[in-house]
Amino acid sequence: MGDRYNIHSQLEHLQSKYIGTGHADTTKWEWMQNQHRDTYASIIGHFDTLNHVAIAENENKARLKFNMIEKMLQPTGPPSHKKEE
Amino acid sequence: MAPIPRTAAELEAQVEGVRKSAAENQAENGDYIGFGQAGAFDEEIYGGGKKTGSDNYHTTIGGDDDNDEDEDDGDARPGVGVAPRKAAYRVSEAALRENAKSGADVDPMLEHRRARVADRENEYKAERRKRARLSPERTDPFADGGKTPDVGSRTFARVMRENDLQKETADIQQQLRDKSKAGELVSAGNGEAKLVTGRKKGRWDVPTISAASMSGSTPVDATPEQTQTWASTPKQPQKWDATPQHIPAGAATPAVPTGPSRWDATPATAPSTGVRKNRWDETPRATTGAETPSGAGWAETPHADRGDAGAETPGMSKRKSRWDETPQAAQTPSGGGMMTPMMGMTPGMSTPIGMKAMGMATPAPNHLMNMTPEQVQAFRFEKEMDDRNRYMTDEELDALFPPGYKVLPAPAGYQPIRTPARKLLATPTPMTGMHGFFMQQETAASNKGILNSQPIDQELPMLKPEDTQYFDKLLQEVDEENLSPEEQKERQIMKLLLKIKNGTPPMRKSAMRQITDKARAFGAGPLFNQILPLLMSPTLEDQERHLLVKVIDRVLYKLDDMVRPYVHKILVVIEPLLIDEDYYARVEGREIISNLAKAAGLATMISVMRPDIDNIDEYVRNTTARAFAVVASALGIPSLIPFLKAVCKSKKSWQARHTGIKIVQQIAILMGCAVLPHLMSLVDIIYHGLEDEQQKVRTITALSLAALAEAAAPYGIESFDAVLKPLWHGIRTHRGKGLAAFLKAIGFLIPLMDAEYASYYTREVMIILIREFSSPDEEMKKIVLKVVKQCCGTEGVEPQYIRDEILPHFFRAFWNHRMALDKRNYKQLVETTVEIANKVGASTIITKIVDDLKDENEQYRKMVMETVEKVLEMLGSADIDARLEEQLIDGILYAFQEQTTEDIVMLSGFGMVINSLGKRCKPYLPQICGTILWRLNNKAAKVRQQAADLISKVAGVMKLCNEEKLMGHLGVVLYEYLGEEYPEVLGSILGALKGIVNVIGMTKMTPPIKDLLPRLTPILKNRHEKVQENCIDLVGRIADRGAEYVSAREWMRICFELLELLKAHKKAIRRATVNTFGYIAKAIGPHDVLATLLNNLKVQERQNRVCTTVAIAIVAETCSPFTVLPALMNEYRVPELNVQNGVLKAMSFMFEYIGEMGKDYIYAVTPLLEDALMDRDLVHRQTACSAVAHMALGVFGFGCEDALNHLLNCVWPNIFETSPHMAQAFMAAVEGMRVSLGPVRLLQYTLQGLFHPARRVRENYWRVYNTLYIGAQDAMVAAYPKVPNDERNVFERYELDYIL
Repeated sequence: MGDRYNIHSQLEHLQSKYIGTGHADTTKWEWMQNQHRDTYASIIGHFDTLNHVAIAENENKARLKFNMIEKMLQPTGPPSHKKEE
Repeated sequence: MAPIPRTAAELEAQVEGVRKSAAENQAENGDYIGFGQAGAFDEEIYGGGKKTGSDNYHTTIGGDDDNDEDEDDGDARPGVGVAPRKAAYRVSEAALRENAKSGADVDPMLEHRRARVADRENEYKAERRKRARLSPERTDPFADGGKTPDVGSRTFARVMRENDLQKETADIQQQLRDKSKAGELVSAGNGEAKLVTGRKKGRWDVPTISAASMSGSTPVDATPEQTQTWASTPKQPQKWDATPQHIPAGAATPAVPTGPSRWDATPATAPSTGVRKNRWDETPRATTGAETPSGAGWAETPHADRGDAGAETPGMSKRKSRWDETPQAAQTPSGGGMMTPMMGMTPGMSTPIGMKAMGMATPAPNHLMNMTPEQVQAFRFEKEMDDRNRYMTDEELDALFPPGYKVLPAPAGYQPIRTPARKLLATPTPMTGMHGFFMQQETAASNKGILNSQPIDQELPMLKPEDTQYFDKLLQEVDEENLSPEEQKERQIMKLLLKIKNGTPPMRKSAMRQITDKARAFGAGPLFNQILPLLMSPTLEDQERHLLVKVIDRVLYKLDDMVRPYVHKILVVIEPLLIDEDYYARVEGREIISNLAKAAGLATMISVMRPDIDNIDEYVRNTTARAFAVVASALGIPSLIPFLKAVCKSKKSWQARHTGIKIVQQIAILMGCAVLPHLMSLVDIIYHGLEDEQQKVRTITALSLAALAEAAAPYGIESFDAVLKPLWHGIRTHRGKGLAAFLKAIGFLIPLMDAEYASYYTREVMIILIREFSSPDEEMKKIVLKVVKQCCGTEGVEPQYIRDEILPHFFRAFWNHRMALDKRNYKQLVETTVEIANKVGASTIITKIVDDLKDENEQYRKMVMETVEKVLEMLGSADIDARLEEQLIDGILYAFQEQTTEDIVMLSGFGMVINSLGKRCKPYLPQICGTILWRLNNKAAKVRQQAADLISKVAGVMKLCNEEKLMGHLGVVLYEYLGEEYPEVLGSILGALKGIVNVIGMTKMTPPIKDLLPRLTPILKNRHEKVQENCIDLVGRIADRGAEYVSAREWMRICFELLELLKAHKKAIRRATVNTFGYIAKAIGPHDVLATLLNNLKVQERQNRVCTTVAIAIVAETCSPFTVLPALMNEYRVPELNVQNGVLKAMSFMFEYIGEMGKDYIYAVTPLLEDALMDRDLVHRQTACSAVAHMALGVFGFGCEDALNHLLNCVWPNIFETSPHMAQAFMAAVEGMRVSLGPVRLLQYTLQGLFHPARRVRENYWRVYNTLYIGAQDAMVAAYPKVPNDERNVFERYELDYIL
């Protein structure tokens, strides 16, 4: 077994399985989309931030949750048109 | 040998005796020092370094074996057969045995040979080869939008018809067989082609249950229907048979050892065909076609021109027999381009009788390929003998003539006999001398039949002899340009498979990737046509099978629904994995089938496997049931339930019902408690099977219910309501195997019930159980025991009831010698008895069996001992009265002394009884110690070892009984035995000493510590793991508790020995060593130890340096870092790479061990680390990075952020390092910083490079980003940079801007 098979080559592979991780060819749009989704998930996941946002938006929490989950579909809008490769 | 002492006085006398004899021994040998004498033996240690070769004594064999400094004074080495120098050194028995063995003809590499799958298959599992006809492709009804399939293709209906036909054939044969047995069958007419006996088979050799067991395995065994199928489509001859040209039908048999097969059958019937001339002893004419009789297909002599299959009309093909296949196959140009001897025969002689006369395979390469390696070897050997003894050629004979002779021409009328038939009946000709048939070629004679095994393409790995039949195409040189696309594809797949099968790991890996990537381009057909035959190969090794299965798995994933036509083919090959004994093979098989099910879909799976459900072959049904269970787990039980319902109610055949119910059983076994949601429907499907007319169906139903109940336990009794009554009825009406199954079901159902019911049902079933106690059937016994265990374990069953109703019968029926003989019975009986004891109490059971401890049968005593042990372990000995206690001790002493095979059961049983009785043992201890001492002095090593082990087990109890004097004696005796030569025994003796030291403490220990420890120092050199572990434990204990009894110099000496121990393979040893370092440093102060260790950093050997750094770190941990750090940091100034790296590494370990203590030292070491991180040397930076990583993790939350941030700035530029070790250390540092500095700070560092124009930069930064992201996804939400919206997208995260 050479050096090529050490833990790190595996680590990268392992990480790439998770949504939200990136690579050298990640676009701004993809990255931002992940940030937005993480943000919504974080807000929904923390009781207090959810309260905070609910008060600020004057919306009940269940609807807020629902809205945010809905928005996770395409949080930043459509992707910019594909570049011709 | 002295009698066993019974009292303390006798014991003392004996100890005295032991010491005296040891002293005498010493007097004789001169170099053995008894305890208490002035220690001349410490010469080496205290005598000022005068060290002569002969004083450098070792006390064990193990230490000598691989100690190279002893190589030069070889006379001292034991075990090499020279006269031992010291009386105490005997040549070990093991060595003698080894020597004796090496003379005999044994294969030394035997144990290293890799296991082949076929080697460990039992008869039943080998059945899979009989299914080796890989099932032809089937139509995919879902392909092409469900259009009507071709008429000729294999649809579901067709397969079902074939199946029926097969069954009918088997039925008729069975009937005929029955008739012939009954004598009703009379041979009619001239007997031509009539069934004379039941054994006679039709020419198609249908594999029936009986036929399958009679006819040996023939790799290409075709059923009639299938043969016709492929024969009638001459466009693609034998498409499903992957390598037909390599395995001529006729050639297959000789290579495989077979029972009576169809080849034998043919000549056996030949004499009965009286009218016809017997062609076997007739000289064939140019064309034998003229005398072909009509009708008898098997006897049909083929036409001379039969070889060309393509010329035949499909109509003719019905009459085409297997015999015709042979020449066709052999003549295929791809057969290697080599002439086979068979080819050399008269063209009319297309029947392969040639082989029969040879008695062995003819040397055609094709046949070689069918051989197992052993056969190849034998063949090669024979060939060589033939070569040497071959007939001389005319030229050679001519050359022998003395001058003056001349060769006369043959007489005019002379005709040499060249008829093959005569030749064949003559003595087998040496293979190379087949002049009449075979043109001897120079090359063939010279290479002695060794096959070329290197493919033309030098990149490819070598072939093994048995691979050749699959990969022989790679041996030929071909111009790949000129091949058709299909052939190119085939060649490409072949190359990849060869690389995967035989290649090196990197080769394998890339080939695996290629075959996966191109899977769809290759197509399912070509891929599986090559992979599957390989998997069926009888010479397959485990590793190869694993790789090929992996290929299938990967390819499946890619092919997706393209696999549909091949599902059955794959199943035929993969199903046997499900009953493999190797756990991982079973798991792999399951995974493949589950992926297959997901790729092909439920409908395809059902339609493909449906025909196999009522296959006549039990093997097929069994594997199919298991495969179905896997499908159910892959696609969900509910989707399969309607189908199962139909199958289990099948009116057509009981086999279908049987298999259906078995599927349910397998589902329960496979999925465990996951069946619970569907329990009701599953029980519903099968419960009617309890009243089936077929005994087998009833049995399997009961077994399935048992499996379901086991899986559902402790829930789900309500689902079983419907079956309770029939089960109840069943146990009253059934006998034998059926009853066993029913009892099993009840046994598993009772634990599910609530107490009241359980009690009631137990009473009911117990009547039957007690009746069956006396059953002679082994299987029944096991089940009865199991059910008794389950019943007694249930809540509602009263102890009184068990005591009165069950126990007497139970002990009478089961506690006998015979039960002890069978391993599984033994285990089951012990378990059941322990379960009963849980209910009725320990004393009841032990009273019943205690006398059996003195039984004459050892195996039985063992079983009693194990039961006693387990019972006492569970229940303690509180209710054992004085009388029983006496009996018990008496019994275990007897059993312990009388054992002939030293066994862990006796030892742990003894220990358990003593420990459980505790203080009550006191009166017996002198006697026990006497036994131990007596056995310690035994000749057999095992006995000594066991005695020493027992000491460590009872030491605690002896202390409890205040028998310190006794322990002192034992200590002294053990000390005398430290010269033990067997490492296993020595290890146990050390363990016993440790046990004694632990309980009586350092001060009271006899022999005193100051005598004991110097004796241990040389033993530390021993390489045996057990010795090392026990010795280091003991030394560590002494260093911890009684360091002051030993001089500092002795401790230093031990320190040196310990450095070696740090290299041990076993982690426990390394850990104990490292701890011991700490204790020693604490005892004698860190300075001396540290000086030694720092010096040790200068040595060349890397392993040694690494161990030293660990030791330094340990010393720093135990003696506080401030005692060590100054010296350590000072050492960094030494301008030597090794030392500096060692210092850094020691710091890295130190910060790892001291954890949060690091907060006090971080500022002290920062300049040093800063320097190291800016060093040119990569290893410097790497080690410094890992030191920073450990430091950062340790000081989390202690306000050291300033120093850490400074260090991070030094660490960060290493982000671009490519060396994997460096990258790893860098990542570790980053992770550490993420914890202590917080992910936000790190994110700020990372953002600068995420979208850098250079890809190299981006890659590294994203890697760091991903690590951060995985570690602290949530925390980073607040810290992402604000990105302004553009015209298409909203990038702002407005929620974060809300302010209340």
